[in-house]
Amino acid sequence: MELFGAIITLLGAIFLLIASIGLVRMPDVYNRLQVGTKATTLGTILSLIGLAIVIPGWSGKLILLIIFVMMTNPVSSHVLARAAYYIKLPYTSRTVVDKLKVSDKVLNVEMEKRYGLESKTLKVK
Amino acid sequence: MKNFSITFIVLMVVWILLNNSFRLEILIPGAIVAFVISLFACRLCNVFVDMKLTPKAFAYTFIFLGVFFIDLIKSNLDVARRVLTPSLPINPGIVEVKTTLKSKFARMLLANAITLTPGTLTVEVKDESFFIHCIDVQDDDIEGASKDIVKKFEKYLEVIYG
Repeated sequence: MELFGAIITLLGAIFLLIASIGLVRMPDVYNRLQVGTKATTLGTILSLIGLAIVIPGWSGKLILLIIFVMMTNPVSSHVLARAAYYIKLPYTSRTVVDKLKVSDKVLNVEMEKRYGLESKTLKVK
Repeated sequence: MKNFSITFIVLMVVWILLNNSFRLEILIPGAIVAFVISLFACRLCNVFVDMKLTPKAFAYTFIFLGVFFIDLIKSNLDVARRVLTPSLPINPGIVEVKTTLKSKFARMLLANAITLTPGTLTVEVKDESFFIHCIDVQDDDIEGASKDIVKKFEKYLEVIYG
């Protein structure tokens, strides 16, 4: 049983390794977010499940940890991506389509309305 | 009332998982604290109001979780394959999809499920539309992308939240 848990934890660690390789290889911030924050979900979940198999007494707490990771992880990556988009971080030239085209004027009005920011602070570059 | 009972049950489940035991001297203080918290917290929030408590909705919750986990594993393997291929076969882009869900909580769950699935990432939500960054764009018109990304989760959430 201990061996089985160790194997699952190893699988999770491999996923985390792949995520970190992807973090280096990907060309722009959105693709890094895709790989970096979310290949880790399965990695983290598998590591915690493996730990729960090795030490069954901790399983309740580990299940709670999995639930919290699954609840908070998408929120943080969504907010990072959204912030990156609104300060106009450039995306890679391999991007094929962008349906969320926001003109500068609309964007500045939106940002002022929501956050009370000066439009000048948004000019990155 | 529905909001109250669901909050109470969620808090109790968290308490039991934290303590990992069903002994009475642990359950009773937990029940008292959970009762008080849900009594006061429920005036301020109404996140669970849209949830349906029929047996069908209950069964669909589990089906949704199953579908979600299978998709999570499939797309994790897909992203891992993309990362390890030397030519880096990505085809990124931001596509727009439409959702038919009305309830706010269901929409949050849908956006979270989309974001948790590697390869897709919710960038912005505007009214009915989700703007999703895909690592591999298959279909860039609204209907096609909605069918690919949203429909597989939406049909279950629709039953659970109406």
